[in-house]
Amino acid sequence: MAIEKLETYQDERLPLVITKQESRLYMSFIYVAFIALLIGGLMGLLQVLVRSGHFTLPAGIDYYQVLTVHGVILALVLTTFFIIGFQFALMGKTVGISDRQRRLGWLSFWTMTIGTAITATTILLGKASVLYTFYAPLQAHPAFYIGLTLVIVGSWIAAFVNFHQLAVWKKKHPGEKSPLLAFMVCINMAMWLICSIGVAVSVLFHIIPWSLGWIPSINVLLSRTLFWYFGHPLVYFWLLPAYMAWYAIIPKIIGGKIFSDALARLSFVLFLFFSIPVGLHHQLTEPGLDSTWKFIQVVLTLMVVIPSLMTAFSMFATFEITGRKKGYGGLFGWLKHLPWKDVRFVAPFVGMLAFIPGGAGGIINASHQMNSLVHNTIWVTGHFHLTVATTVVLTFFGVAYWLIPHLTGRTLTKSINNLGLVQTYLWAIGMTIMSAAMHIQGLLGGPRRSNFSDYGGTEQAAEWGWYQLAQAIGGSILFIAIILMVYIVAKLAFFAPKGEEEFPIAEEEENAEPTPMWLENWKLWIAITIALILFAYTVPIMDVIQNAPPGSPPFDWPIGNS
Amino acid sequence: MSAKEKKVHHDKEPDLRGTLASVSLVGLFIVITWVGAFTLFLSRGF
Amino acid sequence: MHIHKFEKYWLIAGIGGLIVFLVILGFGAFYLGTHPQSHGIVIDPENIEANEAFKKENLGLHEIGDGKYVLNVVASAFNYDLGVDEDGKPVKHIQIPKDSKVLIQATTPDVIHGFNIAGTNANMMVEPGYISSMEVTFKKPGEYTLVCNEYCGTGHHLMYATVEVVE
Repeated sequence: MAIEKLETYQDERLPLVITKQESRLYMSFIYVAFIALLIGGLMGLLQVLVRSGHFTLPAGIDYYQVLTVHGVILALVLTTFFIIGFQFALMGKTVGISDRQRRLGWLSFWTMTIGTAITATTILLGKASVLYTFYAPLQAHPAFYIGLTLVIVGSWIAAFVNFHQLAVWKKKHPGEKSPLLAFMVCINMAMWLICSIGVAVSVLFHIIPWSLGWIPSINVLLSRTLFWYFGHPLVYFWLLPAYMAWYAIIPKIIGGKIFSDALARLSFVLFLFFSIPVGLHHQLTEPGLDSTWKFIQVVLTLMVVIPSLMTAFSMFATFEITGRKKGYGGLFGWLKHLPWKDVRFVAPFVGMLAFIPGGAGGIINASHQMNSLVHNTIWVTGHFHLTVATTVVLTFFGVAYWLIPHLTGRTLTKSINNLGLVQTYLWAIGMTIMSAAMHIQGLLGGPRRSNFSDYGGTEQAAEWGWYQLAQAIGGSILFIAIILMVYIVAKLAFFAPKGEEEFPIAEEEENAEPTPMWLENWKLWIAITIALILFAYTVPIMDVIQNAPPGSPPFDWPIGNS
Repeated sequence: MSAKEKKVHHDKEPDLRGTLASVSLVGLFIVITWVGAFTLFLSRGF
Repeated sequence: MHIHKFEKYWLIAGIGGLIVFLVILGFGAFYLGTHPQSHGIVIDPENIEANEAFKKENLGLHEIGDGKYVLNVVASAFNYDLGVDEDGKPVKHIQIPKDSKVLIQATTPDVIHGFNIAGTNANMMVEPGYISSMEVTFKKPGEYTLVCNEYCGTGHHLMYATVEVVE
């Protein structure tokens, strides 16, 4: 039978064994990520309760301080720490890590952790309620920016270690194609490195000296443009590790094979090209940027939809081919074979479903003049709570269910698995309620990032109130789900029965068509990426600099900080 | 199953009718939401 | 590299769909002139009154004839300055006749603000150093809330006014 054959086939190179020492490094990143989830989730709960209009924060805590913690700790800390820990584990498993690389991994971890601590302290002292986008000329305490810079620098160390890991492997295996997951990790880190240079330049040479009073004024539009040069690829930096799990891990969990190694790589290369030269679509309603260049970047933004269309096809195809091999026929009969009781599959699968409305909403956001329908309304908040807070986060949870016990030498038991299923359903229900309410309220004009207000008692504001109540209900369910997840993580890390949990890495079909070697042409990919960035950004940035208005001094009093 | 037969079997494209149907539904959803939003945008006028 | 026949269909249809979206948007933007607001007009944020439109007496709604209006607004933390009424009180409510053309011009002397007449397409960022402007026609009568939708500080949610479109 074909099935037996498929299951017994093993690539003799894989899998490498992850040692205890390595596990400690990878787990450290993951611990920080889940501590961040707990703190950030609590802040989220406070926000939805305040916005319901039935709750006031105790002890004079400012809503916007809570909002800053929520954004920084979830969008920047949770994501970056989980991603780097997960990617290190993928590299360790597929190409290996040397002692020296591991020590540099620790340097990366401590740089990022110290940076996080500095930033967090500044926010908790109420000196940095500038939200995670820190738009100038609102000015936070300099330590806020310095801490964030350390987080970025720490992530760069991880990027260079990952590149080196792959380079060492390639040297040992001349002429062979690199392992798929290692290739994907390096693409993601290359994109991250290229985009975060923009925000690093802005923060180091622009914002920090200005916040310290060394330079009197700042070019506001330039700092925003550099922020969004980083800000959009940032969301792809979150998404691509989820795609890694979808392409190369989920097929193994459902008992199938990778649909197409070559197409998976091609989609990642396309993400590298089109994730960065698109940041202006976050700035469509701004007064100082040329409309034609906005439109050009809108075109490039819709190009980045293409690799996601490819990914959608690959996922369905993996499910269908695997189902048909197991004997499930018909147009949708293959759906029946999927492991609906296995949380390692179900959590990421719910994430995939959320990306359908998430992606559709994203296309609407980027649609040039149509952006004025939704810009800075709470629709946008609803949008990224589907994409990052459901698609990405549920996939990460799906990874955590096997990765944590694999690294701690424990097992995912049936009861934890079932608890995980409950967690996933709770998340799906809570997010459906919260996100749907946000989308609708946004179309009605309700603003994002705003404390509760009756706006002078207008009818519109009264109508928004109902949706804010719904968000409080959805958000409360989500907070219960977060508590449950943290409990599950603690259980998997410290209390689950000892044993060996599988690190699922899918393989290609035995007789799959070979992946063309041109896909590994790194120099060409980087060159095209940089060319696209230069094309999309040279004229707009020159324009912003040459036609700049008088700069802005720092403003700290609006955030209650003078 | 002989080696030759197997080769022939695998060289045929897999049956992906369900996949085509599924992605079509996804595409339809994207088009409907976009047209809906665009209609709302137009109805609010300039 | 082999691509399944159905995947080719899917990608051709998908890319085709995206192109259709772009053609519709491009036609609206470049031919009908419905670009999102962007004029690149600069102003000194520390001296906004140097610009005629933002002199104290010119703030608020003014008719310039033929059912055409200009609405000049200074957004600052945490207030929309729409001028003063006859009693010298700040205007917080403006009435605009239905179907009249209104040129909105806004700027700020301090930090970044939003300008959104909720439930309409009048949605702009207001940034120090620039004049945000767009021309809108309000077709549906009713009361609309003008909200700041970009975080500007602790009083961000207290920054609002009302716009009434009257028959």
